[in-house]
Amino acid sequence: MQFIFRYMRKYRRMIAFGVFIKFLATLSELLIPYVLEYIIDYAAPSKNLSIVLLSGTAMLLLALTVRFLNVKANRNAVKVAKLCIYEVRRDLFHTSINLSGRQTDGFGLPSITSRMTSDTYNVQGFIQSSQTLVVRAPILLFGGIVVTMTMDTGLAGVLCIMAPVMIAIIVFVSRRGVPLYDKVQQGMDSIVRIMRENITGIKVVKALSKEDYERRRYSEANETLARRDRKAGIVMALPGPIMSLALNLGLTVVVVVGAYRVNAGRTLPGVILAFLTYFNMILMGVLGLNRVFMMASKANASAKRIQAVSDSPAEPVAVSEEDAAATGSSDAVVFDNVSFSYVDPSEPEDSSGFAGEKRRMSLDSVSFSIPRGGSLGIIGPTGSGKTTMINLMMRFYDATSGHVFIDGKDVRTYQLDDLRRKFGVVFQNDVIFADTISENISFGRDVSGERMQQAVSDAMATDFIGDYDDGLEHMAEIHGSNFSGGQKQRILISRALAARPEILVLDDSSSALDYRTDASLRKAVNTNYAGTTTIIIAQRISSIMNLDRIIVLDEGHVIGYGSHDELLQTCPQYREIRDIQMGDC
Amino acid sequence: MPGPPKVMKKPKDSRKALRRVLSYMGPFRFVILLVLVLSFCSNLLALQGPRLAGSAINEAAAGAGLVNFDAVFYYARRMLLCYAASSLINICINVTMMYVSKGIAKRMRADVFSKLMKIPVGFYHRNAAGDIISRVSYDIDVVSTCLATDVVAILTCTVSVVGSLIMMVRISPLMSLMVLVTIPVSVIFTIRMRKKTQPKYSRRSKCYGAMNGFVEEMLSGQKTIQAYAYEHKVEERFDEVNSTAADAYYEADYWGISIGPTMGCINNISLGLIGVFGAVLYMNGIVGLGQISSFILYSRKFSGPINEISNIFNEIFSALAASERVFELLDQDEEPADRPQALVLENARGDVELEHVVFGYLPEKIVIHDLSMKADSGKLIAIVGPTGAGKTTIISLLMRFYDPISGSIRVDGNDIRDYTRGSLRGAFAMVLQDTWVFRGTIFENIAYGKENATMDEVVAAAKAAHIHPYIMRLPEGYNTVISEDGGNISKGQKQLLTIARAMLYDTSMLILDEATSNVDTGTEMQIQKAMRALMSDRTCFVIAHRLSTIRNADNILVIDGGDVVEQGTHESLMAARGFYYRLYSSQFE
Repeated sequence: MQFIFRYMRKYRRMIAFGVFIKFLATLSELLIPYVLEYIIDYAAPSKNLSIVLLSGTAMLLLALTVRFLNVKANRNAVKVAKLCIYEVRRDLFHTSINLSGRQTDGFGLPSITSRMTSDTYNVQGFIQSSQTLVVRAPILLFGGIVVTMTMDTGLAGVLCIMAPVMIAIIVFVSRRGVPLYDKVQQGMDSIVRIMRENITGIKVVKALSKEDYERRRYSEANETLARRDRKAGIVMALPGPIMSLALNLGLTVVVVVGAYRVNAGRTLPGVILAFLTYFNMILMGVLGLNRVFMMASKANASAKRIQAVSDSPAEPVAVSEEDAAATGSSDAVVFDNVSFSYVDPSEPEDSSGFAGEKRRMSLDSVSFSIPRGGSLGIIGPTGSGKTTMINLMMRFYDATSGHVFIDGKDVRTYQLDDLRRKFGVVFQNDVIFADTISENISFGRDVSGERMQQAVSDAMATDFIGDYDDGLEHMAEIHGSNFSGGQKQRILISRALAARPEILVLDDSSSALDYRTDASLRKAVNTNYAGTTTIIIAQRISSIMNLDRIIVLDEGHVIGYGSHDELLQTCPQYREIRDIQMGDC
Repeated sequence: MPGPPKVMKKPKDSRKALRRVLSYMGPFRFVILLVLVLSFCSNLLALQGPRLAGSAINEAAAGAGLVNFDAVFYYARRMLLCYAASSLINICINVTMMYVSKGIAKRMRADVFSKLMKIPVGFYHRNAAGDIISRVSYDIDVVSTCLATDVVAILTCTVSVVGSLIMMVRISPLMSLMVLVTIPVSVIFTIRMRKKTQPKYSRRSKCYGAMNGFVEEMLSGQKTIQAYAYEHKVEERFDEVNSTAADAYYEADYWGISIGPTMGCINNISLGLIGVFGAVLYMNGIVGLGQISSFILYSRKFSGPINEISNIFNEIFSALAASERVFELLDQDEEPADRPQALVLENARGDVELEHVVFGYLPEKIVIHDLSMKADSGKLIAIVGPTGAGKTTIISLLMRFYDPISGSIRVDGNDIRDYTRGSLRGAFAMVLQDTWVFRGTIFENIAYGKENATMDEVVAAAKAAHIHPYIMRLPEGYNTVISEDGGNISKGQKQLLTIARAMLYDTSMLILDEATSNVDTGTEMQIQKAMRALMSDRTCFVIAHRLSTIRNADNILVIDGGDVVEQGTHESLMAARGFYYRLYSSQFE
């Protein structure tokens, strides 16, 4: 709840204003029956038409005033809710998009998405209705209590006996509610996850005719969600009737005790009768408060889920120069005895941060350097740690031991954005967004039209983009699904080249290109980006054989380092790869 | 920035939405009837309470020392009974309605998912996953909440409204007129507000869907965004999407939230009219004071619930708008049904023939102009060509993700449209460039294509795909759970997993679309060896750029611009010194 209040606090003036309006509206509303009573009890018997009409007019005016005030207060509440939720979502999204890979893995993408949406709607609903409900209920409740107290303190005392019951119920609701609704939201996470998996994998699902299987899998999750939702709903539906029962029991006791008091001559029957009326008021107040608490526990469960992401520590932080390691070299990239494991060393062994690989070193004592404008190829079997090297250079993760230097500075001393702006990178599973080709390439950077044309042509993408009537303004569909694998890669490479990066990283990003295109691409990079430090990860030896240096990786170890010709002499594994791929020449 | 093109079919008549929501309640109609009866009883009982209390007080009114306690206790006992029964019934109603509303939501979610399984794959290229999901996570939720709370409210209110109206008419038909005039006013107002708010609530749902889509897309590209320090731009764009969604919410509820107070106002005015009119009637001696008093009592019982209902009108309207988005999805075209008497393709030989196939994803943009080819049973067919030449499209046609515009594709001599879709697809095993794993154990991911696969079979497949040693290094081995996006498994490892999956899936035809592009050459060679053994009697289609992969193919089709420009074996194509030769030699440049 603290979390929600944090956002509401900023609008406390608006909220106070709205609550005040609502207060006036409620008072006016409570007046209406009195005027009516006045007409019946006094005006009509007096047979004075003008008083009757005057009272009628008063009622009309009151009715209009009440409407005016209520609408105003309600709209004010909607406005506050809108402003708050905008900020909640903004903060949540801004944090989410900046989460580290490790943090995102921890929450899971479907869960973050559902916190972003379903949970924020719950909070929004609460912010809106709490402002209006929270006024009426206490007025009725406390108004009723005060009036009954002044009428007959002794009788009103009977009601106090019921107070513990009420409090117990409210405590129960808020204790049980949060975990129950938390479960509901988790159930929703599973639904979102399965839907997402099926949407992204629809081709495989259909190809293997697994529709029925998926339907079963989904229906299990669906059943779980429905069960939890029902359970939460039922638990939350109990307090209302129980509370009114408790209060009505109290009322019965009042009647009996009242009878004794009348018998003893300590009270009048009329007082008990009046008690009945005000009792109803108290009941309404209690039920209203109960609703607020129920909504609060649902919103609270959601708020906690939002907060868990929203308040994630921004990592990683830049380290001051003094605390960082130093290197004498001013080379573009230096790895100094770097080891890395994806399992967080601070976590206990059994935690399964990702697929749960034990503390196997993904990189083990890797050292090398690339001078500015130099080039490096990385080759090695699947899972040997090639991509990990990129992750460390761009500081998606920090090395477990050893140091990584970019331009002679420890990567940890850079502001992340400054560090990453040096790079132009294409990842293995890189993404094209549903936007124009040109926005996909410029990606928020200041790329002149001329520069973009050049990048596109260097990436061998001019031809196919030129085939579209709208050229660079052609829209990519979701995940670039209107492009072939090779077309996607060429757009991605254009993106990497567009800002003339200091360091160009291509992680297996020409795998869908035919040899000819791949060769022309390499030629273009060689001639037009001579000053750019180039790192290419590839499975094809032809993609890297002309680079200055090549690292052969195996299970995180460097088993070969040198130029193509050197490696053919020194590294049998490298020679073997070449023999397989180029066989007869 | 322009949003993704909206290509969902337009929703039909919006009044239909209400009917369709109601049709979902159909199976529960007896339960709902029961709830109606119960709420009638509970109302009746609740009304008894004050009456009994009044009687008890009457007994007490005898004065000091004269109270008949037997009578007081008699009434008090009955009061207790009534209240307890009424509360109990209320609990029953609430619990029942929870079952009903959550049951309906469950069915809607299930229907949406079933539908998703039947829609052609092209749909998923045009609609953001987040937007589709939002229809389940938001829209159905709105409908369900409305059903759970609002329907109960309406049912209970209806009972007391109708009851008190009858009582009022019995007391004074003349005064009842005052109440009745407000009804048409309320109805007209409601209809007008519905017209006014409906598009706004629809827009709100749509904006939420768009926001969800945006979030989904951006978060799945998180690493790239961070790599390019693009966060600020994405944040800015989100702020826009977010503020549009917040505004849409405000716009809708700005009007929606005014419905309740306005209805309340109409009600209060009618109370005033009753008072004035009643007083006038009394002054003219037409009605007695007592009649007016009890009439007003009932008119409060009449207007109270109406006020309550009017406060939830906006919820009902928003639920209707939300349901439209659900139905819009449910109304999407499905993959064309299998032909009547469609054949079931069993134990296929694997003869595949394409004849003059013409195809374009959009009819006006033809991708494949006139493609003919033949693959005999057990042969290895390689498809090569520059990117975008239409290689993957051919695979999509074989699998019937799409149907050609003209020409025909035959498997074992029959047009593939004559087979049931399920059996045709079942005859192919497929490994795609875009690997797909789901959250589940490694075992489940490999065994995905073959129900009841044993651990031995899975291990054998994993060994053939050369992923077994890697799996054994994981702490839980084959029981290790992979996260939804494959977490930190490299793309190459994912490819190996999907290859193992295909190896386990025993079929007569195999499609490998860049299946080993991210796997190292050594492993690839070994996999190929295993596959060759496995494939000896299978027809195999291979798309690959690494030409070493395809050198051994029985027939190499060289595709360019959607047409076969050359075909033959590696040797014959090299000797021809044509397109293929140039492709091949370029790897040594």
